[in-house]
Amino acid sequence: MLLRHTHKEIRDRSALTTNPAKTCQPVGALYAALGVHRCLPHSHGSQGCCAYHRSMLTRHTKEPVMAATSSFTEGASVFGGMANLTQAIENIFALYDPDVVAVHTTCLSEVIGDDIPQIVKSATDAGKIPEGKTVIHANTPSFVGSHITGFANMTKALVEYFAEPGTVPADRINVIPGFVEPADMAELKHLAAEMGVESLLFPDTSGVLDAPMTGRHEFYPEGGVRVEDLRTVGGSRATLALGAWASAPAAEALEKKAQVPFEVLDTPIGLLATDRFVDALRRVGKVEVTASVTRERGRLVDLLADMSQYFYGKKVALVGDPDPLIPLTEFCLTLDMKPVHVVTGTPGKRFEERVRGLLGEAGVEGNVAQASDMFHFHQLIKNEPVDLIIGNTYCKYIARDEGIPLVRHGFPVLDRVGHQFFPTVGYRGAMRLAEKILDAFLDRIDREPDEAAFELVL
Amino acid sequence: MASEAPRPEDTKRVITEAYPSKAARKRAKQIVVNAPPDTEGFRPQILSNTRTTPGVITQRGCSYAGCKGVILGPVRDILTITHGPVGCGFYSWLTRRNQTRPPSEDAPNYMPYALMTDMQENDIVFGGEKKLRKAIREAYEIFRPKAIAIAATCPVGLIGDDIHAVARDMKEELGINVFAFSCEGYKGVSQSAGHHIANNGIFQHVVGTQDEPPEGRFRINLLGEYNIGGDAFEIERILERCGITLVSTFSGNASYDQFARAHMADLNAVMCHRSINYMAEMTEEKYGIPWIKVNFIGAEATAKSLRKIAQYFGVPELIDGVERVIAEEMPAVRAVIDEIRPRTGGKTAMLFVGGSRAHHYQELFREIGMRTVAAGYEFGHRDDYEGRKVLPFIKVDADSRNIEELDVEPDPEQYRPRKTADELEALRAQGLDFGEYEGLMADMEVGSLVIDDITHHETERLIELYRPDVFCAGIKEKYVIQKHGIPMKQLHNYDYHGPYAGFRGAIRFYREIDRMVNTRIWRHVTPPWAEKPQPEVLRQAS
Repeated sequence: MLLRHTHKEIRDRSALTTNPAKTCQPVGALYAALGVHRCLPHSHGSQGCCAYHRSMLTRHTKEPVMAATSSFTEGASVFGGMANLTQAIENIFALYDPDVVAVHTTCLSEVIGDDIPQIVKSATDAGKIPEGKTVIHANTPSFVGSHITGFANMTKALVEYFAEPGTVPADRINVIPGFVEPADMAELKHLAAEMGVESLLFPDTSGVLDAPMTGRHEFYPEGGVRVEDLRTVGGSRATLALGAWASAPAAEALEKKAQVPFEVLDTPIGLLATDRFVDALRRVGKVEVTASVTRERGRLVDLLADMSQYFYGKKVALVGDPDPLIPLTEFCLTLDMKPVHVVTGTPGKRFEERVRGLLGEAGVEGNVAQASDMFHFHQLIKNEPVDLIIGNTYCKYIARDEGIPLVRHGFPVLDRVGHQFFPTVGYRGAMRLAEKILDAFLDRIDREPDEAAFELVL
Repeated sequence: MASEAPRPEDTKRVITEAYPSKAARKRAKQIVVNAPPDTEGFRPQILSNTRTTPGVITQRGCSYAGCKGVILGPVRDILTITHGPVGCGFYSWLTRRNQTRPPSEDAPNYMPYALMTDMQENDIVFGGEKKLRKAIREAYEIFRPKAIAIAATCPVGLIGDDIHAVARDMKEELGINVFAFSCEGYKGVSQSAGHHIANNGIFQHVVGTQDEPPEGRFRINLLGEYNIGGDAFEIERILERCGITLVSTFSGNASYDQFARAHMADLNAVMCHRSINYMAEMTEEKYGIPWIKVNFIGAEATAKSLRKIAQYFGVPELIDGVERVIAEEMPAVRAVIDEIRPRTGGKTAMLFVGGSRAHHYQELFREIGMRTVAAGYEFGHRDDYEGRKVLPFIKVDADSRNIEELDVEPDPEQYRPRKTADELEALRAQGLDFGEYEGLMADMEVGSLVIDDITHHETERLIELYRPDVFCAGIKEKYVIQKHGIPMKQLHNYDYHGPYAGFRGAIRFYREIDRMVNTRIWRHVTPPWAEKPQPEVLRQAS
């Protein structure tokens, strides 16, 4: 038993987090910043944070993850990080020539109280920031929120720094995708394009963190939202913010700054959440749903009907980030499965309300927890076993100990390759997700030892 | 490939000229063209263990990573609680590079767990000691460990939480060993500071606390071996075959009791000089155990290290045993070398990793006929490059000064010199060096490039200029190198492969490198149409 010390008996814990179901803000901010073309993320703190975040994102995406750091030592911790950031800005522009440097803070620089806009202003006054280049920032102390709030804060910073009110009136719709894979961002653009809706996605890591191999490393790959486009998001007709945690703050900021109306939708994972996204594109974009999109949907429904006998009544435990977990829970219910444990590490009471609401409508009794950890999640499973776990790579310990199939989804997925290329949003993403879930069940049946019942056709 | 390579002096100029002048001046001192020793035996001087220039993309991590991740990571039964916000504890939650084999199904193993106080804003404002105490109690109730360690992250030091006082109190309250590490990420300039803090802590709080002598005649400790990819398992296998008793490994596949009895060994064998040389020094001072430098990466290096250990004990039975094991293990190694060398011979490698790996792995490459044209450490100090000869000349700067140096004296009860001065002298005369390490440069070719704390920019330029056949570094560098169409081998966690230590590990590494330099996909990076002109006429259907 790998997790041999995890027992059934659930004791109250108020101080100890064990096996967290979240990580810290800066890694989310870094990921969001990579979704801007020719942007270099910069971690303002000691260099270990940046090393950890780059390692984690690299392991997850299997792609180069470029980011710089202020490399604090003890002196900077005592005297403040101004000298380090100023020097960093100078070196970054000389060496890497980005259009944007996206600074995020760490717990260290937050505790010291470094005033980033002030430092950047001084650097600007001293002529250290080349003409036409921008240094933006987001406050991302690790003792608040999670990687999801970090993503939200940097996305909001993109609006605050770049959006200009009332620029070029357009038929365009802004889409804020949330903390999803590069392939998911591409799939969202595909759906909008298929519908004939002009969309602008930000941030957009597609084309950045799924760059082709050409024989030469492009420091700034082709992808990412362009700064000139970010400047015009204030002229878009509306904003669709996908995911209340990761995307709503930027949409709210844009409404405040440029009066762009917005709708907050669930991340379009599964049939129903994708339906709502497509319908929103139709309403807000003032278009009809195209036959091609309706066909995509029809294929998904056809597939799910073919698969449905295997899903009915299966118990599922889900752990991860709030935005994807809500539609994942809904998708499991669509498939007639029972999501009996749903746990997120990111704080937010609304999460519990939403998931309880979904379970209540479906008549499923389940445990729902926010600001919780995977130790608790495992204990819930020990008390009420499940047929399937959906969660990130760290679930593999639980899956192995308890003999439960695992479908990897969320952040981070460290031990499988390819998820950066295959979406799980949209109808096509739902097809892949359903296939993965069914394969997990069927592979298990094929491994079971009853030879008499071993079937060629399942 | 090598004949087309640029002159190293030109490379140095090309890669430093992009920096602003201040950064360029500093980098120029950290990039050295290897040269023969001068008349007094000194190698070219390299600037190292110095701050990374802000804004320059670096391979380095932090003190917390060195302490919690590297040194404490592979210890299975010390329950380590990270005191800080969620991130650091989450990121140090890795097991591949920290494998362990508990003796039984129910023996404690905390490695798959990540414990932390997950400090929130209130804890930062009002102090986190209360939460830490509570977290320790909660952890004790669940896990019932024999020891709990506390690892501090950046904000803890700033807000002034006294983790050592908490540890003292909890030790008294719970009746188990509780100790703390002030390994805040900003301490020092790299992971190296964290290694030092961790070793000091283990030395002060654990080593020497149990006096039952382990069984076996030839008792050694292995220092600076972290069981990455199972290396320690292979070394344990070989030592056992030779009849050598491993009292403890610092800290691969380690347990609390092994540390507590480490002072009962008769020899310390040091693998990674950088991460642990001070532990060897302190153990010698306090308990009288001499140390020698060994290397179990590379089959020849393994054989040589085993012979050194046997020579130290000087007992024919052991010497013969070691020779027998070498004779039995080497044929399989040679057979694979003979098979692979035609495919790997003459190829080139670059290594920028760790604090000894960039040195030790050159041995493995050499065994299959590959040359290392450039190498350097992520967190090395001058002595790791130039040899311990330069120790008296290393200036202590402000960043090093805040890492505690322990004042060690012979223990009044436990000090026991293992060899007399005459015996040591006699062994020295036979060529067995004690407390000696010649460093990386001594083993590298003249004219090769030695680069400390290599930056991303330099990595890219080196790749473009030299096009090595394989590049070794860490996960952050991996895909940058591979986008250039060059295979990249991780040496921090072996790309989920290994072990590479010892005889069987060498075989595994040869095969891995053979695979990497011959994998077909690298030949297809350029599309077939890229360099071909458009044909003028389509072939006619006949």
